[in-house]
Order: sequence, then C-alpha cells, then structure tokens
Amino acid sequence: MEAFGLLMHGFAVLLTWKTLVLMMVGLVLGIFVGVLPGLGGPNGVAILLPLTFTMDPTSAIVMLSCIYWGALFGGAITSILFNIPGEAWSVATTFDGYPMAQQGRAAEALTAAFTSSFIGSLVAVLLITFLAPMISSFALKFGPPEFFAVYLLTFCSFVGLGREAKHKTVISMSLGLLLAGVGMDTVSGQLRMTFGSTDLLRGINFLVAVIGLFGISEILLTMEERLALRGHAAGISLRVVLSVWRDLPKYWVTLFRSSFIGCWLGITPGGAIAASFMGYNLAKRFSKNPDGFGKGRIEGVFAPETAAHASGTAALLPMLALGIPGSGTAAILLGGLMVWGLNPGPLLFVEHKDFVWGLIASMYLGNVVGLVLVLTTVPIFASILRVPFAAVAPMIVVSCAIGAYAIQNAMFDIWLMLGFGVVGYVFKKIGIPLAPFTLALVLGNRAEDAFRLSMIGSGGDMKVFWSNGLVGSITTLAIVLLFWPVIDKLFGSVTR
Amino acid sequence: MSNTDIEIVVDDPTAPEVNSPVVTSVRIVDVVVSLLLLALALTLGWDNWRTGAAWDSTGPQAGYFPFYLSVILGGASLYGLVTAFLSRKEAAETFVTRAQLRRVMAVFVPTLLFCLAMQFLGLYVASFLLISTFMRVVGKIALWKSLLTAFVFTAVMFVTFDIAFDVIMPKGPLEAALGR
Repeated sequence: MEAFGLLMHGFAVLLTWKTLVLMMVGLVLGIFVGVLPGLGGPNGVAILLPLTFTMDPTSAIVMLSCIYWGALFGGAITSILFNIPGEAWSVATTFDGYPMAQQGRAAEALTAAFTSSFIGSLVAVLLITFLAPMISSFALKFGPPEFFAVYLLTFCSFVGLGREAKHKTVISMSLGLLLAGVGMDTVSGQLRMTFGSTDLLRGINFLVAVIGLFGISEILLTMEERLALRGHAAGISLRVVLSVWRDLPKYWVTLFRSSFIGCWLGITPGGAIAASFMGYNLAKRFSKNPDGFGKGRIEGVFAPETAAHASGTAALLPMLALGIPGSGTAAILLGGLMVWGLNPGPLLFVEHKDFVWGLIASMYLGNVVGLVLVLTTVPIFASILRVPFAAVAPMIVVSCAIGAYAIQNAMFDIWLMLGFGVVGYVFKKIGIPLAPFTLALVLGNRAEDAFRLSMIGSGGDMKVFWSNGLVGSITTLAIVLLFWPVIDKLFGSVTR
Repeated sequence: MSNTDIEIVVDDPTAPEVNSPVVTSVRIVDVVVSLLLLALALTLGWDNWRTGAAWDSTGPQAGYFPFYLSVILGGASLYGLVTAFLSRKEAAETFVTRAQLRRVMAVFVPTLLFCLAMQFLGLYVASFLLISTFMRVVGKIALWKSLLTAFVFTAVMFVTFDIAFDVIMPKGPLEAALGR
C-alpha cells in the first residue's frame, strides 16, 4: 500500500490552481487536436511541447499528458458524428458509432465512447499505479547488458509483430537509429556523419523530426483527399448519459476484455490501433448476435474505445518504469522529459517522486475532468469542423514552425522539419511505417550507449547478452520475436 | 436528446477530380526511394568506416554501431529494390494523380516560401502572409475574413509565445520597428 500513500502525495502536488488550470487548457487543446483533421495526438503534443519549456517539469507533464487524453477523447467525436476517424485507433469506432448517429442515437454513441474511454484509461492507470513502481525497482538492478536486451526486444518486436512489410520496418528503424547517431559521439567525443556541417553538430533533434513527419506530412496527405464532409450535430443531455450508464453493468465482460487487451498491447509496442481492432473483433466473435455489429450496436462502440484508451494509457507504463515508450506519443513525452532535464528510466521513481506521482495522479484527475468536459462541450467541438481546411492548414503549418524553431532556436531545424515532412509523406504512401523510426530516433543513443558499455565491460564478448538468466531470456525472446514470422511459418507447416 | 437531426455540411470547392491522370505509380516511387536509401546507406557507411568502425583498446570505436546500421539499412533497401522490381501487384497502384499533386503542391510551395520569408520578415509577419494568402487563394474565402483570421491568429501566437511563455521566434523589420 506504499503506492497508495505516494499517490495521495501526488494528488497533493497536483491540487493547486495553477496545475488545474493547465490541466483544463491541456484537455481543451487536446480535444481540438483530436478533432481537427491533419493533426493528431503525437504531433499535437510535439507542437505544443515548446510551450512547456519554461514551466517546471510537473506542470509541463500534466499539461502535455492532458493534451494526450484530450486527443484520445477528441478522436471519437469525429468518428461518430462524421464517420471520419480523427486518429487511426478510432477507425473501429466508426463501424458502429456512425450507424448509431445516423439512427439519431449520436448522443448515446458519444456517451458510450467517452465513458468506455474513461473506463479503459482508469484500468490502465490502476495498473500503472501498482505495477510501475515494482517494475522500476526491479529494473534498478539492470546493468547495460540488460538495458540493451530490453531495447533490442522493443526493436525486434516491432519488426516481428508489425503488420507492415518486414524490410520496410527494418528500413524505418535502421534509418532512425542512424540519424540518432549524427553529431558528437557521447563516448569518444568524435564527430560522426556531420560531413563538416556545423548545424549537424548538434545532431538531429527528435522533436523536429516528429513535427515534420507527423505534422507537415499529415497536412500534405489531408490535402490530397476531398475535404467535403457531412455529419450530425449532437448535444448530450443528462438523461441520455444516465441511461447509458445504467446499462453499463450489462456490458462488463466486453469492457473487461477490451481493457485487458488494451493494457497488454499498450505495454508491448504495438499500440492502440491494433488494440482497438482486436477489442472490436473479439466483442463481435463472442457476441450472441454478431450480425448486429456494424449496424449500430452500442457494444461496437464500447469495445474498441475501451481498448484504444487502455492501450494509449498503458503505453506510458514502460516509459515511466524503464524509459522505453510504448507508443509514438509516449516517445514524445519521453523527449520532453529529456528537455526538462529528467533522465527517463527506473531512477525516476527514486529521484523524482513528486514528478512521477504527480503525473500518475494527473492521469486519474485528467480523465475524470476530461470525461465531464467532453460530455458537456461536444456541440462546440463538433462545430470546429465547420472551419474550412484552407484556414486550418496554414495555421497548423505556422504552429509546426513555431514548435520546430523553439526547440533549439535554429533556422536549420525549420528546413529539417520541412525535409522530414516530405519524407513522412512519401514513406506513408509507400507503406514504410513511421512509428519504428520515431522510436529508434528517441532511443538510438541510449541503445548504443548500453551496447558499448556492455561491450567494454565484457571486453567485446557478445556472450555477455546471455551471461545470466534474466538478460539471456530477454535477448533470446528478442531474437525469437525478430524471426517470429519465419518461426510461425515453419511451425505452421509442421503441424499442418 | 437535442438537435441530432441538424446536419453539419462542409463543402470542398477545390477538391481534386476523381478521374485525373496518374503522375506516377507506387512501384516507381518505391524504386526511387530504395535507390536513395541505398545511396544514403553507402555514404553513411563510408563516413563511419572513415571514423573508425573497428575495435581499439577502449572498446568499439565511434563508427562501429552506425557502420553496421548502415549495412542493415543498405541490405533492407536492396531487398526493397528487388521486391519492387519483381512485384506485379503494386505496379498498377497509383502513387499520386495530377489533381492530387496540384493540391499537395498548393500547400507545399506556400510552406516553402513561408520558411524562406521567415528568415527575412520574421516568423509573425510571414505567418500573417501565409495564412491570409492561403485562405484567399486556395480556400477562395472572402478577403476580409482571410485578413482578419490571419491577423487574429498571428496576434494570439505572438502574445502566447513571445509575451506569455518567453519563447523567442525569429524577428524581422516590423518587430524591430515596434521595439521588440
């Protein structure tokens, strides 16, 4: 019950007017970001990160994580009312959410979506509260080989379990790791891959890359499509909310199953997208009446939303406990931690108790406040979509530029952002996934340091990665995951 | 339940036509990207080899890790190149049509000009120009609305970043004339 006491301490850190106001601001900005086409969770957080540079770390993370919750809530609004998934993880929500809106049950669908988002997050936050301290205190015993093995596991699971073509995931990841190495080498002080450029000396900033890859490229992609939309306006009345809530216990199996899937997929890098589809498909498979799905079943909203939020929240667990982000947005929050001078990883729980528990407490509070906020303000946010994209697009470009410039006050970063925008646009269109790139870019230096320290410690003997049971099993698991598609095929052909 | 039947309708007057001619296929872009990545892998691999990709008395040299990553990147790009050549399925897929490309360029070119202008005019003046021109020309929105929106947005950004949060942006002659 130590966690409980610390959590209460976290709430005490949080309950000041300043933090509460920042929380509201974060949520509103987040819902904006979630609703607007061409902006999403990761780049919303990345663009707004510069706002937090002058804040203390606790206020900063509270605001940023609230932007994240807001974006998660916001994605559901456009999916249900307009059949436009604001985020990839909201795609499954449109299957039953939009039909419900067409039948005039928009308010019911929205309430279901927000409520299940809240439940999913809550389950994941509970998990974080009790599991993260345990994992981090266990990880305190990790040496460089163990850390390298965990990084390797993260990278390999992307390659082995991702749905994209394997070589494309490998391209994306190795490119990210390479670009992370540009600049001054931290161990020897030598310059690498700078080609005599003074701008490259600082290295390629992770956040600049993210703003380009997700912000600018998303604008280019959005412009390609026809931007006309038709949708339903909706207001939610208390009566509808209460009637949906009264029926909640009936769906406890669906909610529980989706929360579980979400937490599991959130911790392993795979993410909210897979979780939302899996949640939906399982709810359909176990339903007594599977044919009703896709025609406006409320479970069809409960299942994917719960899973998506549980996984989006659970992605923060490995970030806090081990310094390894489970999703793109978690990777950006991790980038934020480094900007504020905090070193992500197990020591965070020891050295910065206020920060960690403030963040965890803000997850509880942010979700409660967020739920109330979205339930009451849906009509306002839905009407944002009336604003023509021709007005939104240049504003997003300007916000991206401000974000990219503010990180290091360098004009070079603006050009870098533009370059990454084009790269992101092309990569997305030819199916090279961007998430492994992001993860590799943020973890690259740490993975390399861990590798080199292990090598120095062992005198260059690769056997160090199998030197004890723990590191050995993580490394072996990583290699198994890397070759999983091959193993699966071989094993499948044997049993068949 | 209130006003669920009211519809929100947004039109897109400059939407790309559906039957526009194809500019390039996915296969060609795949090949070009693979070649570029291969060239990048070779350049970075060579540079890291020069830095030192072997072992010395203190352990792996600075170029060791990136050198082998370049090898992996090169290998994967080569594989991508071969599969792009061999695949028949992707050949027919459209990468971008002419109408789509025109729209993409309609954002990309102004963004490029905006980045250029920012160096001379400062971020805020460049933003005002970008937003107002884009809304007017691409969005065909009334001039006064475009100007007003651009001004309000730029002013809000200026107050938020420059004054409230102390985040300093590139400044130009206008800001200098206003004494900031």
